[in-house]
Amino acid sequence: MADLSIVFAGIKAPNPFWLASAPPTDKAYNVVRAYEAGWGGVVWKTLGEDPAAVNVSSRYSAHFGPNREVMGINNIELITDRSLEINLREITQVKKDWPDRALIVSLMVPCEEESWKFILPLVEATGADGIELNFGCPHGMPERGMGAAVGQVPEYVEMVTRWCKTYCSLPVIVKLTPNITDVRLSARAAHRGGADAVSLINTINSITSVDLERMVALPMVGSQSTHGGYCGSAVKPIALNMVAEIARDPLTKGLPICGIGGIGSWRDAAEFIALGCGAVQVCTAAMLHGFRIVDEMKDGLSRWMDSQGYTSLDDFSGRAVGNTTDWKYLDINYQVIAKIDQDACIGCGRCHIACEDTSHQAISSLKQADGTHRYEVIEDECVGCNLCQITCPVEACIEMVPHNNGLPFLDWNHDPRNPYCVAS
Amino acid sequence: MIKSLNHLPHPHENAQVLASHFTDLAPPLNARQAVLESSRCLYCYDAPCVNACPSEIDIPSFIRNIQQENVQGAAHTILSANILGGSCARVCPTEVLCQQACVRNNSQECAPVLIGLLQRYAVDHAQFSEHPFTRAAPTGKRIAVVGAGPAGLACAHRLALHGHEVVIFEARAKSGGLNEYGIAKYKLVDDFAQREVDFVLEIGGIEVRHGQRLGDNLTLSELHQQFDSVFLGLGLAASRLLGLPHEDAPGLLAATDYIRELRQSDDLTQLPLAERCIVLGAGNTAIDMAVQMARLGAREVNLVYRRGLEDMGATGHEQDIAKANQVRLMTWAQPQELLLDEQGRVRGMRFARTRLEDGRLVSTGETFELAADAVFKAIGQTFDDAALGDPLAQKLKRVGDRIEVDEQLRTSVPGVYAGGDCTSLGQDLTVQAVQHGKLAAEAMHAQLMLDQEAA
Ligand SMILES: Cc1cc2nc3c(=O)[nH]c(=O)nc-3n(C[C@H](O)[C@H](O)[C@H](O)COP(=O)(O)OP(=O)(O)OC[C@H]3O[C@@H](n4cnc5c(N)ncnc54)[C@H](O)[C@@H]3O)c2cc1C
Ligand SMILES: Cc1cc2nc3c(=O)[nH]c(=O)nc-3n(C[C@H](O)[C@H](O)[C@H](O)COP(=O)(O)O)c2cc1C
Ligand code: SF4
Ligand code: SF4
Ligand code: SF4
Repeated sequence: MADLSIVFAGIKAPNPFWLASAPPTDKAYNVVRAYEAGWGGVVWKTLGEDPAAVNVSSRYSAHFGPNREVMGINNIELITDRSLEINLREITQVKKDWPDRALIVSLMVPCEEESWKFILPLVEATGADGIELNFGCPHGMPERGMGAAVGQVPEYVEMVTRWCKTYCSLPVIVKLTPNITDVRLSARAAHRGGADAVSLINTINSITSVDLERMVALPMVGSQSTHGGYCGSAVKPIALNMVAEIARDPLTKGLPICGIGGIGSWRDAAEFIALGCGAVQVCTAAMLHGFRIVDEMKDGLSRWMDSQGYTSLDDFSGRAVGNTTDWKYLDINYQVIAKIDQDACIGCGRCHIACEDTSHQAISSLKQADGTHRYEVIEDECVGCNLCQITCPVEACIEMVPHNNGLPFLDWNHDPRNPYCVAS
Repeated sequence: MIKSLNHLPHPHENAQVLASHFTDLAPPLNARQAVLESSRCLYCYDAPCVNACPSEIDIPSFIRNIQQENVQGAAHTILSANILGGSCARVCPTEVLCQQACVRNNSQECAPVLIGLLQRYAVDHAQFSEHPFTRAAPTGKRIAVVGAGPAGLACAHRLALHGHEVVIFEARAKSGGLNEYGIAKYKLVDDFAQREVDFVLEIGGIEVRHGQRLGDNLTLSELHQQFDSVFLGLGLAASRLLGLPHEDAPGLLAATDYIRELRQSDDLTQLPLAERCIVLGAGNTAIDMAVQMARLGAREVNLVYRRGLEDMGATGHEQDIAKANQVRLMTWAQPQELLLDEQGRVRGMRFARTRLEDGRLVSTGETFELAADAVFKAIGQTFDDAALGDPLAQKLKRVGDRIEVDEQLRTSVPGVYAGGDCTSLGQDLTVQAVQHGKLAAEAMHAQLMLDQEAA
């Protein structure tokens, strides 16, 4: 079986599956259970200055799919609500008992040098393997000038990162907030400040739903609500893009990335790794199913690696980065055309109505003698948008087949239809 | 009670146990199940299921409404196409209708969306503060509907909706037709049939006159004269005969007669029980009879059919129900002689074994006897000619014993329409009768409005 062990930003772990800083890593009891279950590392629930934070009730709400499957969770919890002393004592003990597992301590203190100077030596003394700077918490803490309030200002990110590098010898991972317009600016700032790695994403500002009887958004605290942070499967596409943006940014080239956001399976993890991550963190999936999910993640990842002939994560980490580019570099002459496998087709008509009403009228509906319909692609009209394939309920029923039109590679920069075409 | 079976004992179980044997065969979905099931619907376009529903309910739309917690909207969609959507949801053989056509039946899934149960969920759980349909302005037209079965009720409702005044003439004391008197008790339980009738009549403009029998105290000529249009929804009131001697012997009975008693009975313990019985036939009525007798506590129920299982009118699903109720399905055997005891009561039947020869059914020459305390005939219903005795009624063209109608449910006599089982069109199913009634009403309405314009 493939070797899943990693060294990420100088931190060793038996596998790349870490638990993100959140309730699953709130205290020794949880973390020990996670290690017992086989997680390669944890990022301890964010520590702050005493007095500890105080939480409200209720705290979570969710966005559900039609089968009540959870697409995403929204939370309004703050950082740890336990004292610094208890946390540090537990961290020390757990690290001592589990020397082979990664233990990273997440931190969030006011944006003042003294505060960091105070807490960093205490954390280092626990024996922890590294620190993660929580510049991402989007609710509650920013109102106090912390979390996302720092992460949204590149100058602060750089400054605090530098303080950490100055007052602590541990690897520093900067956890980025997605609540910005261009995540590369934050990553570059962290890089300038001397960060050993970045991790992303933290949660996304969200309101999941509104109780239409009481006219209050969820989660409800009495008769009020507030926006929270969104995470879970629904945020994966956003996280993947942000990871890719940083991975292919020349200004942060080589900066290790820890992927977070909606990871729940080995495949999710492999995708983050392919887009440049060296490790991944999981929160929501564990919160929904418990720590046991790491079994299938590890098993699935190593079997898939075996099937691909990859012996270590390095073999494929970042492999998809080079193929991710700007729109202007795409081959405008490349063409695919939808092809319906008539034997697999169950005749639901979704491809037809989707294309007919909202795309290119490229799938005809032919009424048959028995009253059913046959659906056929009008190849000349198909622009290869993939919509029919997406709406088709039968896997692999619609294939997007490359069409050889004999035209050479041509990107927009060189396309004569582009008014700003680069003369070749 | 049933004179012909007066000599038989009564069920052994107490009332409570018996009642438990006649609750919903297919239990309703609860809210959670309904939401889960509705999420399986693919919301097909030109959906094959709609095509397969005789009453053309917009199935993807009502299911999507359930999914979006709009049960009222779902029920409205159903009822606007099929005002008896509640009973159809319970009695439709969905395995050969909508659900057979569901795309989720494909070879990879083999599991259609449970459309019937979802339909029932929507209709049962919708709470309307008033009747969900409002009548159009009065047209001044009066229409006679004969028969308060599914065809007649659906027709009357649609006519009332269009602003016409309707009088229903019904021979029996209760409305509902076979919903009230014929459907297996475990398919349409408690007083649902009557509640549904009440719901249909809520729209207003419909008067029901009971004890009015066409061919008896009522003639088509009168109705034709007194009303602007007439609809016949007479059903099939007579049972086919075996054509054997002793057809009136105690112990021999039409299955529909027994089922009617069963459905009307307030006390199942007082019904006659045939410990050993024979049911002749191959349709759903035969299965219903056999299963209900088994559920009353009969020890031995033999359903005998002269051809093979694959030729049976009863669907595979119905046959499975029979088997699950320990009904023995005996095929390739044809009644030859009714066996009577000294008092002239049924004690069994002799059968001739049959087989196919050049596509023709012939007897093999071999015979066998089955002992039975009662024999139930479920070999088909026929039209009761007595209804069409008067001169005008005699003019109605017929196909076999049924009334001939065209696609618009028009008979050969102008102004007279017919629908449901008494016509030659489509299958003998509740949902088909409802559709006929609805389409006939639309055709009558269109014609009357056209006449009015012309006048
Ligand atoms: C035992 C049995 C079980 C069945 N089970 C099912 C089933 O599970 N699912 C299914 O879809 N279908 C089933 N059917 C068929 C279904 O019941 C009929 O197709 C449906 O009831 C036809 O409706 P209708 O209105 O045409 O006739 P009916 O329901 O027969 O109604 C006719 C009405 O007209 C009245 N009437 C008759 N003659 C006169 C007259 N001369 N004057 C005045 N009124 C008159 C009758 O009293 C009755 O009220 C079953 C039928 C039987 C017999
Ligand atoms: C209830 C809850 C509390 C969280 N608390 C913290 C926190 O204290 N510090 C932090 O850096 N991230 C916190 N997060 C964010 C997660 O660490 C993680 O970045 C995010 O949930 C995305 O990953 P996921 O999609 O796997 O859940 C929290 C998330 C949740 C759901
Ligand atoms: S969406 Fe897929 S299954 Fe449905 S009609 Fe189109 S090709 Fe067939
Ligand atoms: S009326 Fe009957 S056939 Fe039509 S959708 Fe409902 S259950 Fe199916
Ligand atoms: S065919 Fe099946 S999946 Fe499609 S709309 Fe009808 S019930 Fe839904």
